[in-house]
Amino acid sequence: MRIGVVTFPGSLDDHDARRAVRVAGGEPVSLWHGDDSLRDVDAVVLPGGFSYGDYLRAGAIARFAPVMSALVPAAQSGLPVLGICNGFQILCESHMLPGAMIQNDHRTFICRDQRLRVENATTAWTSDFQRGDEITIVLKNQDGQYVADRRTLDELEGEGRVAFRYVVEGPRALDDDKYDPFAGRNPNGSYRDIAGITNERGNVVGLMPHPEHAIERGYGPSLDGLRFFTSVLKSVVNL
Amino acid sequence: MGNVVVDVMLKSEILDPQGQAVAGALPRLGFNQFIDVRQGKRFVLSVEGEVTQEVLAAAREAAETMLSNPVIEDVVSVRVQAQPVGSQA
Repeated sequence: MRIGVVTFPGSLDDHDARRAVRVAGGEPVSLWHGDDSLRDVDAVVLPGGFSYGDYLRAGAIARFAPVMSALVPAAQSGLPVLGICNGFQILCESHMLPGAMIQNDHRTFICRDQRLRVENATTAWTSDFQRGDEITIVLKNQDGQYVADRRTLDELEGEGRVAFRYVVEGPRALDDDKYDPFAGRNPNGSYRDIAGITNERGNVVGLMPHPEHAIERGYGPSLDGLRFFTSVLKSVVNL
Repeated sequence: MGNVVVDVMLKSEILDPQGQAVAGALPRLGFNQFIDVRQGKRFVLSVEGEVTQEVLAAAREAAETMLSNPVIEDVVSVRVQAQPVGSQA
């Protein structure tokens, strides 16, 4: 199974994404933003980072990269696509997923282990989960606040297209005896605690937190991220 | 050289964290009369020669397709700038 990972100027997590594909048992394939070829891959990951410096808006310039002119029609035909963090922002800017990402409501960069609840375990990237599973992966971003108008949000909820929600924690002490600054609220102000969504067909998934940083013992808070990649490998086999 | 000025603002219903940061700091300088601040973006698009209707139309299209994201932002205005920025003439 060949899983492509696109590198844009300013991508940071493309190496980790390729490593995650390999650890899950797939063959990672490097894709370049300036090529309009997907090199016959079976799925594509848009990784985290700050594509084109995130100038203008996060993901706004990446949307017009040559590789996107190949990716958009392929995704419409069912190619599995996962957008992580900046990749999620690119999917929204490309209108492959609804809504948009703006700056965290508390205005600061955030980097922490984040609990999520799996709300949809039927997508190409989540089939190895059960609905209601709680997982812990890394959240690290500046522009992580998911926003959309009420109609779009109602549509996403009604169609079961919210894939992941932030678990809102009660007051709790952290490892260094500090208290969680995000007790009682989600970590960035995202509407309806949405951390990730999917398209109607379930082949395109975007989320802010980073599964590719939670795939190996000794690195990251869990191995929960690996199941994103094993999910897609199974879904590709079952096509 | 002609310039087209494009102003883009976050929609009023979208939280503006940058504007809030500025609003929070103004009272420290004694500016207590401003109850809210919204921060926007200005683009100055330059062309050789005059700004024709075609140039203006292209600027409007660029404003709608790339310079703004209609999910969260409004293009407030697209207009010809009378004096080019930095011009000594």
